[in-house]
Amino acid sequence: MSTLAAPKPTKPWAARPKDRVRDGLLLLTALFASYGFVALTPMKGKLAYFATFFFFYALFTSGYQFYSRGSASAKDAAVNSIVLIGAALTILPIGSILWTVIQKGAPGISFGLFTNDMALATPTDPLSSGGLLHAITGTITLIILSLIMSVPIGILTALYLTEIKGSLTRPIRFLVQAMSGVPSIVAGLFILSAVLYPITKGYSGFMGALALTILMIPTIARTSEEVLNLIPNELREAGTALGGTQWRTVTMIVLPAARSGLTTAVILGVARIAGETAPILLLTGGGDRVNPNAFSGPIGSLPYYIWKSFNAGSPEAITRAWAGLLVLLALILLLFTCARFLSARKIAR
Amino acid sequence: MSAITPEKVVPAPREISTKPRRSDKVFRAIVTGGGLSSLAILGLIAIFLGYRSFEVLRQEGFSFITQADWSITTDDAGNVIESHFGLSAMLVGTILSAFIAVVIALPVSVLSALFLNFYAPNWLKKFLISLIDVMAAFPSILFGIWGFLVLMPSVEYWAKLINHYLGFIPAFSVNPYIFSRSPFVAGVVLAIMIIPIITSVSREIFAQAPLDRIQAAYALGATRWAMIKAVVIPHGRSGVIGGAMLGLGRAMGETIAVFTVLNIVFQVNWHMLLGAGGNVASLIILKFGEASPYEIKALMAAGLVLFVLTLLVNAIADLIVKSTGKSGR
Amino acid sequence: METRVKPTSLAYVANARTIGTRAFGTGLETRGIHAWFGKHHVLSDINLDFAAGTVTALIGPSGCGKSTFIRTINRMHEFIPRAAMAGEVLLDGRDVYSRGTDVTKIRLQIGMVFQKPNPFPSMTIGENVLSGLKLAQLKVPNKDDLLEECLVSAGLWNEVKDRLNAHGGSLSGGQQQRLCIARALAVRPRVLLMDEPCSSLDPGSTLRIEETIRHLSETMTIIVVTHNMQQAARVSDYTAFFLSDGGPGQMIEVAPTNEIFSRPRDQRTENYVTGRFG
Repeated sequence: MSTLAAPKPTKPWAARPKDRVRDGLLLLTALFASYGFVALTPMKGKLAYFATFFFFYALFTSGYQFYSRGSASAKDAAVNSIVLIGAALTILPIGSILWTVIQKGAPGISFGLFTNDMALATPTDPLSSGGLLHAITGTITLIILSLIMSVPIGILTALYLTEIKGSLTRPIRFLVQAMSGVPSIVAGLFILSAVLYPITKGYSGFMGALALTILMIPTIARTSEEVLNLIPNELREAGTALGGTQWRTVTMIVLPAARSGLTTAVILGVARIAGETAPILLLTGGGDRVNPNAFSGPIGSLPYYIWKSFNAGSPEAITRAWAGLLVLLALILLLFTCARFLSARKIAR
Repeated sequence: MSAITPEKVVPAPREISTKPRRSDKVFRAIVTGGGLSSLAILGLIAIFLGYRSFEVLRQEGFSFITQADWSITTDDAGNVIESHFGLSAMLVGTILSAFIAVVIALPVSVLSALFLNFYAPNWLKKFLISLIDVMAAFPSILFGIWGFLVLMPSVEYWAKLINHYLGFIPAFSVNPYIFSRSPFVAGVVLAIMIIPIITSVSREIFAQAPLDRIQAAYALGATRWAMIKAVVIPHGRSGVIGGAMLGLGRAMGETIAVFTVLNIVFQVNWHMLLGAGGNVASLIILKFGEASPYEIKALMAAGLVLFVLTLLVNAIADLIVKSTGKSGR
Repeated sequence: METRVKPTSLAYVANARTIGTRAFGTGLETRGIHAWFGKHHVLSDINLDFAAGTVTALIGPSGCGKSTFIRTINRMHEFIPRAAMAGEVLLDGRDVYSRGTDVTKIRLQIGMVFQKPNPFPSMTIGENVLSGLKLAQLKVPNKDDLLEECLVSAGLWNEVKDRLNAHGGSLSGGQQQRLCIARALAVRPRVLLMDEPCSSLDPGSTLRIEETIRHLSETMTIIVVTHNMQQAARVSDYTAFFLSDGGPGQMIEVAPTNEIFSRPRDQRTENYVTGRFG
């Protein structure tokens, strides 16, 4: 090996300190220019700063590129800034939402929040009384009930699409897609008209769970389908070649191999419905005390609690709503982190 | 054919029969049953909503879609004396705000999808993709409350600016001078809700742009933008339109987020900046609380119309996305 | 005309018949090229001169760094994440990696043809040929003449002159590859890199492309990566043999093509060209 004179690997194409200084200077110039422009003209406000800053940045970078490399590079630099605007406009609302929820919700978070329900309090009471225990237990009840119903159906649908591959595969894939577009309020109305009015005639957690099931099935089915498609066909053929029936091949080889991917699918389904509000408002009745019986009587839930507090309107109630949103958001972020963690290992060992 | 050729015997293909074992038959039946559930659920939704709303639809006829009144008078015993149910203002409002949402969200989403695929460094890309995926799962009530308390004041200010400079265009005129809770505000909130959806659809389609053509473009001396224009955009165009249709469907069916930031008025209004709008889904939430049994039936009919509308939009979106898959050699 | 003799690259080149006989540029030189993918050292210390107007074939077993080497020449190497390099690529004595060089201008001068034909499917045949001008925003006075000239040079004109508005995807594989060559020619590069241009084609199409290469070498410097030793023997003036002994790929030997095949100096080269391995 002629390693005695091997030079150091370099990246001549990467930006060098000098280039970074130049880019930074362009950025600073654009900042100052926008500041000066806003100060000298009758324009004012954050919007004006934002707009003029990006305008000047695009102008300066493309001007520089035009000067040093010509019109094609100038165009490239201008598009570069426009693409940056697009990305900024996508990120800004996310940042604003997260920041607002944390900032406004944190004052409403206390230990009592997780140990009390609202049976003896109203949303406009001081924050020290009442809590959202009933909402948390209710949301958990709803999630568990809808999981029990939607996971088998969702995974069976995915199995149909990947394992059976019958003549109905295409239409069913289309229907699952269509089902994911059903507005949540329509799902709520359907359960109202098909189950609540003719059969149970009363609000209950189960009614809400039925509607949530409809919304959850397509998410689980589509994600599971993607996961099952990742399982190499050789595994299935190996199973069949060993004399296994399709039933045994699927239950003993395919499903275990896809286990962590399927868990991800289920978690994403839960995240989809955890904050669903419209059908909850129509179907669960939203009680104020912890209701352990999901099949009779109104049941509280986080979205209902947030909605009720928000509509009560007083400062205390609004803080309650933000605190509820913070808890709900934390739940969804937790679910997503789990899903990420699991899908990092898409197919289990 | 006159030539006499020795007859060549072509054997008939043998039939290969595999008789599935009983366990397999049961398995296939169960899985097929599960697979058909989506058909069953969609069918049941149509049947039940249709059955419940039949009476109102027969009473109102075609004017259920063309009229804007929504009124019901009952006597003390709860019997209906007179009723007029019309959805036109709500339908116009739904379409208007969903359309505004897509017009705003589409360019932003395409740009951020381009940013994620071709501009962002790898670590930032991974982080942003997770962030945008999480945002797609934010509950609508969060968008509603944030939109009402945080975003609406700014959007009203933008609306006033637009009105000030572009008010001569009929769509931007405002009379009376009311800007709060307008279809424009609802459209902006919906845009923020559907940006993650359109972004992730576009991002996936752009990521499938064939690498060999990307390299060919660069090898010909293309800048990044010239490469995107020549290779990525032609490849992803129809997929992006499909993604926009998916976003449109979602925006049309959205309930809570719109309800909090939109003023429901039973009068057709095409002026997007004026604080008077309509929305089918929000109407249902608005009227549900104190509705009499007969009015509930009218709300079911409204739900049916919304269901058909979103189904249609989704079907078109699906067709467009599928056709990209085929032509994307 | 100057004659460049570099001690690092072999004296053969200096004595070769083609040096200095053509009036376009001074050719291409590489000085101590190394390449890495992450920590993986794939190419070590390549010094080669490519005199103007010659065809050089790069041969060697798979994975010896031939493709990586030519991708460092027109700076396509840097598209691979975590790639790194060392050394210099001199085009007319100027390092293409020097600071402030506009990489798009480099790629306009050093064209490339890929393993698999990759015409742009959304463009017609004519648009494909001229796509480089559009991509780099170049203006030419007479596009039709350029179009015809490039297609004639690529040996495709007679087959497509009546259907320039058909889509590029409607051509056969061999025709598509010649279309890609015509596309690379339209920006008038001075060097053309060809990365196994015939590996996905049938023998007939391969022959046509080889004719094209011979014909093009009258006006530009060509570097061809190939697995096919007969092809190297047929089209090239010089042949360089690359080999990896488990470590990074190295250049074992470079010589006029007939010498490499008739009396190689290195035992390993002889083993390879006589088919004893690889």
